[in-house]
Amino acid sequence: MITFNMLVVVCLTYVVLLFVVAFVAERRAAAGRVDWLRSPAVYTLSLSVYCTAWTFYGAVGYAARSGLEFVTIYLGPTLVLIGWWVVLRKLVRIGKTQRITSIADLISSRYGKSNALGVIVTLMAVVGTTPYIALQLQSVTLSFAVFAERSPAQWAMGDLNATALWVAAGLALFTVLFGTRNLDANERHHGVVTAIAMEAVVKLIALLAVGLFVIWGVAGGLDEMLARIEASPLAETHFSSGRWVGLTFLSAAAIFTLPRMFQVLVVENADERHLATASWAFPLYLFLMSLFVVPIAVTGLRVMPEGANPDLFVLTVPLAEGQEGLAALAFLGGFSSATSMVIVAAIALSTMVSNHIVMPLWLHWKHAGATVSGDVRKIVLRARRISIAGILVLGYLYFRLTGGSEVLAAIGLVSFAGVAQVLPALLGGIFWRGATRNGAAAGLILGFATWAYTLFLPSFGPGVAMSAEVMANGPLGIDWLRPQALFGVTGLDPVVHAVFWSITLNTFAFFGVSLWSFPTPMERLQGAQFVNVFEHSSAARGWSHGAAEAEDLLMMAQRILGAREAQALFQRAAARQGKGGYLPEPTPEFIERLERELAGSVGAATAHAMVGQIVGGSSVSVEDLMAVADEAAQIMEYSSQLEAKSEELARTARQLQEANEKLTEISVQKDAFLSQISHELRTPMTSIRAFSEILMDGAALSEEQLRRYSSIIYEEAIRLTRLLDDLLDLSVLERGQVTLNLQRGNLRELLDRAVAATGSLDTHGRMVIERDPSSEDMPLRTDTDRLSQVFINLIANAHKYCDAEAPHLTIAVRHLAEGAAVDFIDNGTGIPKKSQDIIFEKFSRLSDQSSAGGAGLGLAICREIMDKLGGSIAYLPGQGGAAFRVILPAPQAEAA
Amino acid sequence: MPRRGEPLFLERQNYRRRRMMDLARLLPVLGLFAFMLPLLGGPEGMSRTAANLVYFFLAWFGLIVMAWVLARRLSHEGLDGEEDDTREDGGGG
Repeated sequence: MITFNMLVVVCLTYVVLLFVVAFVAERRAAAGRVDWLRSPAVYTLSLSVYCTAWTFYGAVGYAARSGLEFVTIYLGPTLVLIGWWVVLRKLVRIGKTQRITSIADLISSRYGKSNALGVIVTLMAVVGTTPYIALQLQSVTLSFAVFAERSPAQWAMGDLNATALWVAAGLALFTVLFGTRNLDANERHHGVVTAIAMEAVVKLIALLAVGLFVIWGVAGGLDEMLARIEASPLAETHFSSGRWVGLTFLSAAAIFTLPRMFQVLVVENADERHLATASWAFPLYLFLMSLFVVPIAVTGLRVMPEGANPDLFVLTVPLAEGQEGLAALAFLGGFSSATSMVIVAAIALSTMVSNHIVMPLWLHWKHAGATVSGDVRKIVLRARRISIAGILVLGYLYFRLTGGSEVLAAIGLVSFAGVAQVLPALLGGIFWRGATRNGAAAGLILGFATWAYTLFLPSFGPGVAMSAEVMANGPLGIDWLRPQALFGVTGLDPVVHAVFWSITLNTFAFFGVSLWSFPTPMERLQGAQFVNVFEHSSAARGWSHGAAEAEDLLMMAQRILGAREAQALFQRAAARQGKGGYLPEPTPEFIERLERELAGSVGAATAHAMVGQIVGGSSVSVEDLMAVADEAAQIMEYSSQLEAKSEELARTARQLQEANEKLTEISVQKDAFLSQISHELRTPMTSIRAFSEILMDGAALSEEQLRRYSSIIYEEAIRLTRLLDDLLDLSVLERGQVTLNLQRGNLRELLDRAVAATGSLDTHGRMVIERDPSSEDMPLRTDTDRLSQVFINLIANAHKYCDAEAPHLTIAVRHLAEGAAVDFIDNGTGIPKKSQDIIFEKFSRLSDQSSAGGAGLGLAICREIMDKLGGSIAYLPGQGGAAFRVILPAPQAEAA
Repeated sequence: MPRRGEPLFLERQNYRRRRMMDLARLLPVLGLFAFMLPLLGGPEGMSRTAANLVYFFLAWFGLIVMAWVLARRLSHEGLDGEEDDTREDGGGG
């Protein structure tokens, strides 16, 4: 018969073994021999901290009460693990690239290294985990009590509370010793993980042994066992869909939101490939852990007296069957389940508390900076140690307050539901870039409040944390606010009800506020880093090159990482930069790397703040970077303005060049004109002189000869006069000395007159003039003589220069936006493009092709006249021949 | 022509890899289906515990075996997933 003292000895021996394993593992790791310490098997076994005393004892109790439903607690994690490719792989990769130290750190880092979020998640985790730790203490004390009851005389340790206290103290010691040995989470807690792996083996063997015993030892075979299940109170399974789905969801969420699970799954992960192994090996572990739960429960219900606590069947069934050794093994299994959970949970929580609550406060108080104050490393470690002790004290107090009378499974589910509130912010954060800090905070707070209101506070029982009155009728008698029937939803089991409402409200708030709010630049950078972790596994840029002193950084790093590690880190960095010694250039890359190293020890937010203190003025802030980006944008805008200006300059230069070309051409024209005009003046003068000489000689001239010679002189004089008239006219017009003689008229009459006046030029009567008299009927008030002079000129030009076989002139009146226009379009070859610019210039005559009497002044005069009249004249290209458009003076003249 | 055959081979391997990843994503859905199926069975939600027990553990074990095969295939080819593909595409074509 196992005495209580023997049990204590077994227990202590086991604890010593645990210490030895952890110590050896630490030594091997320190010596660099991490081969099997970092194997997939150890990783998978360490995940078994999921299987706590709740699983070990509670699952059987759960099965005895509710049949198959206990299996949901394992199905959720199984689904998440076999779906590792979707979520866990990403989570582990993020954890590695961002040096995540805890789930609070992940949330804080994702949402712009926000410490507020870190604090919220830390508090939630502490509140959610404390009952769970109490649960472990309770299970250990209950299992002690089982043995104590059998030999009351030897109950030496006093009451149950004292047992719990001893257990808590022992766990605190172990956790402090092996959980806070080093700071860099990169080096991981080899000792602890190895010890946890050993405990995983112990609890699996213990449970399998009990299971095999009840099947083959008690029932006598598999068939008999199935027959006994058929004959037991559990023969019928009633599936409650709501609970089934709700609990599967809850356990699936718990596998990565429970702080301790996050610790072993993400933080302690040494190699991503281990996850692939764990994806099938951990479900297999869970499979084996739950394989014999129903047989043990059925056997317990059969062999144990009415009213025996089904939570302890794993222990009491072997005892009742006289298998003391097996009972002791089962006890050890339960003990290891409880201890491993408490150790890892305490490490995870202490990391969170020290990184997100203690360190920020300390940094705040010691504002002088991390370089001048004391040893940061010591302070961090001390903070962690105190946190561990504090967490265990909290768990112990909770155990004392609730009196250890709760059903195990109930506490477990309350805890699961509490930490599951991180789920929307976590999944949203790694899959959705639009998730914002405000959204995450709103979701977390609302979800957590709902959880506390609907599940946590009522879990203490009516009248403890919440009055029976409120439970039954709602606060202030408001019916739809009843904690277990929120918004009138009464058809759900209390746990499912609480999970449903808390997660639903949480998710709604998360998405709603995220959509509505606008993230800071840091949040957006981190969001991109997290969501696209597989595309670019580099950290967010945060530090600008500046006054950060490498020496200061080294001093700080030494205080956090330890002198040896920090110096090695700096030396490596210096070597990479091609420098000797310990002080690398504080480039942004190096500072970034250092910050991440530090983040592995004290969390992203704290590391960011500490580096910020040293890098100081030149620090940081993505806002600065954004400002720089703004500046760059301004520079770009300026340069584009310059570009526009230079384009304008080029345009002006082009215009100048054109003007120059025009001037040159005009100058050529002018020279040509001068010789032309000399010729024009000289030709009539010559004939006049010659014929007048003949007349002067008075030789025998016939009457007819006399008339002919004098008429030649006359015509030539007329021609000269006309030429001089034109020149005079033009100079008068140009000098603005002309007086306009305004009178009423009609456009049609003016055109009629012009056509008639030019009729004499069309000596062969070939020119066809096409007009539309109805459109020409338009009253005018202008200097009609001048205007008709323009028309005459244009028609005369057509007569003179149109070189078509069948000359044809169209005179069309159009109504344009700028006024009425008269187009004169002939079907000749038109005017070449290069000459279009100069035809209105004085002296311009394109060629001598036609005998034309003009000296190239006609169009220049036309232009001057139209200017004076307030209209304009222009060459109209692209009409198939020469085309001129006369825009008539504005109608105001008519109105006057 | 070996030059032609090579990319074709890689393409096919690449294709299989993608489908393996799809299966990895679908496996939890399959598991969910298997684990939720009994909720539909039995008159008024009642069913025999022993039969259900056998069903659950068989389904569970089947999933574990599938996860094992998949994990071997996927981790054998490297875990980097998507970005590996481009490299293979680049090497093959």
